[in-house]
Amino acid sequence: MNGLEHHAPTPFAPVGSSPQAPTNGKKKDRWASGVTPYAEMGYWRPDYEPQDTDILAAFRITPQPGVDAIEAAAAVAGESSTATWTVVWTDRLTAHENYQAKAYEVTPVPGRDNEYIAKIAYDIDLFEEGSIANLTSSIIGNVFGFKALQALRLEDLRIPPHYVKTFQGPPHGIVMEREYLDKFGRPLLGATVKPKLGLSAKNYGRVVFEALRGGLDFTKDDENINSQPFMRWRDRYLYAIEAVNRASGAAGEIKGHYMNVTAATMEEMYERAEFAKELGSVIIMMDLTVGFTAMQSMSKWARRNGLILHLHRAGHGTYTRQKNHGVSFRVIAKWCRLLGVDHIHAGTVVGKLEGDPAMIRGYYDTLRLNYVPENPENGIYFDQDWAWLPAVMPVASGGIHAGQMHQLLGHLGEDVVLQFGGGTIGHPMGIGAGATANRVAVEAIIQARNEGRDYFQEGPDILEHAARGCPELNAALQVWKDVTFDFQSTDTPDFVVTPTLG
Amino acid sequence: MRVTQGTFSFLPDFTDEQIAAQIRYALDHGWSMAIEYTDDPHPRNSYWEMWGAPMFDLPVAEARAVLGEVRGCREAHPHHYVKLIAYDASRGRQTTALSFIVGRPPHEPGFRLERSEAHDRVMRYGLHSYATEQPEGMRYRNGTAS
Repeated sequence: MNGLEHHAPTPFAPVGSSPQAPTNGKKKDRWASGVTPYAEMGYWRPDYEPQDTDILAAFRITPQPGVDAIEAAAAVAGESSTATWTVVWTDRLTAHENYQAKAYEVTPVPGRDNEYIAKIAYDIDLFEEGSIANLTSSIIGNVFGFKALQALRLEDLRIPPHYVKTFQGPPHGIVMEREYLDKFGRPLLGATVKPKLGLSAKNYGRVVFEALRGGLDFTKDDENINSQPFMRWRDRYLYAIEAVNRASGAAGEIKGHYMNVTAATMEEMYERAEFAKELGSVIIMMDLTVGFTAMQSMSKWARRNGLILHLHRAGHGTYTRQKNHGVSFRVIAKWCRLLGVDHIHAGTVVGKLEGDPAMIRGYYDTLRLNYVPENPENGIYFDQDWAWLPAVMPVASGGIHAGQMHQLLGHLGEDVVLQFGGGTIGHPMGIGAGATANRVAVEAIIQARNEGRDYFQEGPDILEHAARGCPELNAALQVWKDVTFDFQSTDTPDFVVTPTLG
Repeated sequence: MRVTQGTFSFLPDFTDEQIAAQIRYALDHGWSMAIEYTDDPHPRNSYWEMWGAPMFDLPVAEARAVLGEVRGCREAHPHHYVKLIAYDASRGRQTTALSFIVGRPPHEPGFRLERSEAHDRVMRYGLHSYATEQPEGMRYRNGTAS
């Protein structure tokens, strides 16, 4: 299973508690009072064959100096399931082996000092049906502050179809969204209204109108536009919906503005969502900061009321970005597909925010495919069968512009919302011109792709050619032609490509 | 105004050669092709008239035949919108893969946005297509049947 020796583990005993090990050289009895190593309490089971119904987790563990990797893995299994720091006789009242999570594989990470991937299996009976709050409380609830670990990261989860089917997933999904909007065969285009703070409701609606009339499909409230003194939510919604309808009438196509319903309480979120519905908005949004339960409640509301539900992943960078600690975004993506959002921000590759291309491919696959095979190159640790749960539309946002359209299509594909905030509103000829530039660029690249051209390589030529008939695109290409965000990613796959010899 | 429904409405109207290239792309994916037309381009008009049945199982070499159907529909309905649809029947999709306008009426008068004031500053909106002031079949030609 792996090349690790299991050294006699030191249990993680608090100072001054029971003796660390029996002095007679014999192993302590499993049920004797005191502290027994987790690995010896049944949380390390190298012989365990995961069941089809198990939830499987891949954790990256960094043990404290002197702590055995296997004992650390067993401790994670223990603390994320039944264990506490000392033996309790009340375990004997249960079929405890069933409820114990089982670390079944510990592998050193190539090229990383003192990091290991521990795979842990959880019985499906440990989790409440259809509750991301419960799933997360179990798997990441207690273990991340564990003293015996320097760092811990949840890299991936395998959610078996048996558990997937306790959720309904996205309120609409990609297919229903496209049919509802009557938009096919190309990425959708959006823009976040800027400046994100300070505009009055009427001025805010002006940006919405110009961007939509210029050719975008969507505009969006930013994550921190909720209901501040300079612009209350109700006023914003009223002006935004006027702008949406004016633009829709001018173009003869469906358009929308994501009305952010994030608020301090569920009652206020429902009130805002109900008002968006009353105005006829096709879409609302919320922020990840509202928490899993609130998101799942809004998901059910959105399905019941027929509004597309967009999720801004506000705050995720605090726990997804660092390679050795936190929760990988691919896990957040899985939870959000289960609890049910129609859109989620998932990275741009080429924009201003963190994102290694291979890792982002893994997130997009996780959100969009029905079956995602294990693939270390993209950071996918397990096969994931979604059992036909509807797909989530990923959203690419942050520092992208029309001149990157070929790269965006190449990296992200067609089922994606490309959001150009600065790349629309910052256009030298105005907001509408910025929108037109983006729309012409995406249509030109799709046309070229469908005609069989190597659009990724020829992208600049294709765009330049399209710009000859479109001064708006020409201006966009000129002003942003040299803008790239080329920084080293902090989170990259560990997969090492072996060069082919000969 | 120009109705911008469909995948390519912001580009200049495609030549027949350009349409044929898109048809080849669709057929190469194993998608079926359909042609629809309407003189009611309201964005919520989901059901345009079908120009015959969808065309299934066509090899790429038959792209010209699809283009022939496009031409036939355009000639029969010069005052209508005509769109070409590629449909992906694969599991998990089972929806339109590509849909773009390949024929337009010579003049597009557009839509009037109708507002009616409701309670507490709430506005009710409706889109009214000027063309639909004429009965079906008589639109986009100054009210005369041709």
